[in-house]
Amino acid sequence: MKIKIERLNTQKNPQQFKQEYEVSSQRLLDALNEIKTTQDNTLTYRCGCGSGVCGSCAVQVNGVERLSCKTYINEGDVVSAIKRSEVIRDLVVNLEHQEKVLKTSHAYLEAYQEETITPQDEKLIDVQSNCILCQSCYSSCPVYEVNPDFLGPYALTRVLRYVNDKKEHQSRSKIDAIQSNGVWDCTLCGNCTMVCPQFIDPKTDIMNLRSKSVQAGYSDPNMNNMDFDSGFNTDFGFNPNGF
Amino acid sequence: MIDVLVVGSGGAGLSAALHAKKEGANVLVVSKTYPTHSQTCQAQGGMNAVITEQDRVENHVHDTLKSSHGLGEEATIQSMCEDAKPIIEWLDELGVPFTRTSEGKIAQRKMGGASHSRSCYSADYTGLKILHTLYDTALKENIEFLNEHMILNIIVENEQAVGITAMDLKTSQVKEILAKTVILATGGYISIYNGFNTNSNATTGDGVAAALRAGAKLSNMEFIQFHPTAIKGANVLISESARGEGGYLVDDKGERFVDELKPRDVVARAIYDKMHQDKTVYLDLRHLGLDKINEVMPQERRLAMQFAHVKIEEELLPINPAAHYCMGGVFINDRSETTRENLYACGECAQSNVHGANRLGGNSLLEILSFGKKAGTEAALKARNTQYLTKEDTQQYQSDKNFIAQVFHLPNQIDFYDKKAFMGKIFFRNVGLYRNDINMKAVLSQVRQWQKEFMFMGITDKCTIYNRNLVEFIEFGNMLELSEVVVISAISRCESRGAHYREDHPMEVESYAKNSIAYRYDNTLAVEFKG
Ligand SMILES: Cc1cc2nc3c(=O)[nH]c(=O)nc-3n(C[C@H](O)[C@H](O)[C@H](O)COP(=O)(O)OP(=O)(O)OC[C@H]3O[C@@H](n4cnc5c(N)ncnc54)[C@H](O)[C@@H]3O)c2cc1C
Ligand code: SF4
Ligand code: SF4
Ligand code: FES
Repeated sequence: MKIKIERLNTQKNPQQFKQEYEVSSQRLLDALNEIKTTQDNTLTYRCGCGSGVCGSCAVQVNGVERLSCKTYINEGDVVSAIKRSEVIRDLVVNLEHQEKVLKTSHAYLEAYQEETITPQDEKLIDVQSNCILCQSCYSSCPVYEVNPDFLGPYALTRVLRYVNDKKEHQSRSKIDAIQSNGVWDCTLCGNCTMVCPQFIDPKTDIMNLRSKSVQAGYSDPNMNNMDFDSGFNTDFGFNPNGF
Repeated sequence: MIDVLVVGSGGAGLSAALHAKKEGANVLVVSKTYPTHSQTCQAQGGMNAVITEQDRVENHVHDTLKSSHGLGEEATIQSMCEDAKPIIEWLDELGVPFTRTSEGKIAQRKMGGASHSRSCYSADYTGLKILHTLYDTALKENIEFLNEHMILNIIVENEQAVGITAMDLKTSQVKEILAKTVILATGGYISIYNGFNTNSNATTGDGVAAALRAGAKLSNMEFIQFHPTAIKGANVLISESARGEGGYLVDDKGERFVDELKPRDVVARAIYDKMHQDKTVYLDLRHLGLDKINEVMPQERRLAMQFAHVKIEEELLPINPAAHYCMGGVFINDRSETTRENLYACGECAQSNVHGANRLGGNSLLEILSFGKKAGTEAALKARNTQYLTKEDTQQYQSDKNFIAQVFHLPNQIDFYDKKAFMGKIFFRNVGLYRNDINMKAVLSQVRQWQKEFMFMGITDKCTIYNRNLVEFIEFGNMLELSEVVVISAISRCESRGAHYREDHPMEVESYAKNSIAYRYDNTLAVEFKG
């Protein structure tokens, strides 16, 4: 089977090039390993667990975000680095922003309060807490293209996870933290939901956070700048029936 | 100025960092991966803790001691087991979403070798949820991270650890990082079973090898745990909770052939025996039903579908044993101190005297958190009375800088990837579930041959940006260093005990009821046994 890999090496000329490889493995991660160890030691990518939980191996296959350890390849597939992050080399991107968005959005439990937690309470945060920080949603999100300060899908999903935790006494401070460059900047396009390998739905999580924000007294800042009609213009991406 | 330098950001490293910070220390976490990429995310089954009236700490101690086959230290185990409840409470307060019973209590499941249901869990994502919650908390506490920096060596001055040298993966640049105390939390060395293990590919024993070079003692390196149930061929783990929840092991005829809840070594050997008779062994979960499976092992179901195309609620899942956990590591005492002053170790890279010859499922998450806490606290206290080394540009730093520069010019006459693949094979076959003197000696001479050839292997990728070829080369060097220790320790232990099974010495021998201790002395490797 032949696959193509989009490569980048800033110490080479040209820096960017597409390379084709013949592989016998069916799983993408195995194919990458096969290339690296038997054909081309310079091919560069990240991986760890090989089983879909460490989140380090996200790439794009034919322009769609996938975990390479959980993807089976087809003839002619094109593999490239995920988007919206600086590519360091080949399939490896810079992840340093991760820490910043998680911190800015207060994606942690701030003040513990003792509560009886039922299986239902736990279910409420179960899916969100399965996030593996693989960056797929970040890569697929169009808002980053125009606003690199956007807190983004995984950080907001994580905020909802702590906001919905009965053990959190200070969920208000998280709602405050996600108002600018946060919930209102999302276009609700749903790309993040489509690509998440953990079946998380960041778009709906963001809608949930919007309604929680409204309950907390916040309103959509975009609304102030437009007249009534255009505010409900669904072309813009804002859908008031969404929540 | 760094008081406590934590190397590694898995569960052990993050726990150490948080506790050191709590003591007021200035902490830096240096790690080869991003924190959430650490292997701890792979733990599925659960973490042991006695938290109800029905169970007792003495039972936990007893089960752990029994499984250790006389090598675990009772007082240390006792203290770890007592620690378990407060640690679960701490994790719960940080936000780990433990699975609950209908009464709102933290649910527990039974794992192999345990006399009670004792493992606390979050569905089958226990490690993932613990690791991410610790990471979130570390961000909250403003702990500083230096990600994708790989430790090369520990800097030792006047017999004391004073920092490390680390290579920045992004630039291949060597850095000198000085600190009052250093904690190793770099995980295990199971990658020497390359291609036959369930671990993350970052688990190459770098920290353990660095400790050995820094003059610290290693211990029990021969004890390698093989997990009975990895998906056949793919070596992706199906958690012990599958058997804990009532799963069966069956042979080709559909018959059960071993008590599924026996300790891992016994079950793994029973499976290996079947395989040697050219039989396939399956995990049978069909009788549990889809609802139960979805509730308690959703990840397992997905993994089986993904990696074996098997629906576990309807079909049998073919499995094989795979190398899974190393009981050995840097020798530490009950305060997480190594034998080198100001150097601490915790987690899978350490031999903490609790697992002995065999680790119980669910005890390792407990160990990394308990000893992480000890290491963090002790190192922070020690740092208060320790002088910071002001002298920079140490000899270690210079020689490591030179070494990395030199690697770019080494000849590539021998392909180390080839050797690494071969290494996995011969280790799995000859230093695996069954061992004997002749086979292991053959492996030893092979390893020594590779050590001699190492400088002819080199790298073909000469780029300095994010050079994985270089990283893997250094890792292979560490694997070569440790594989020798593993084999020599295994050859020296002329008996069978726990995970270490010698065909030529099938019985447990009283005089070996001791830890093996390995160290370098005048450039030769020595192994001795100490009670
Ligand atoms: C599939 C699987 C399932 C498991 N299930 C369970 C379970 O259910 N219950 C249980 O108790 N245990 C389980 N275990 C065991 C347990 O998960 C591990 O023993 C434990 O997580 C090890 O944690 P650690 O912090 O010591 O190391 P790791 O999580 O391996 O972290 C090591 C850290 O060190 C860093 N590092 C490595 N080398 C270097 C270097 N050269 N320089 C700098 N940093 C470095 C890595 O980047 C990483 O951050 C399981 C293990 C596996 C593989
Ligand atoms: S939300 Fe999904 S896609 Fe986004 S980082 Fe988490 S696991 Fe990955
Ligand atoms: S729904 Fe929002 S967060 Fe998700 S990809 Fe679209 S814009 Fe980004
Ligand atoms: S290698 Fe860990 S998620 Fe793919």
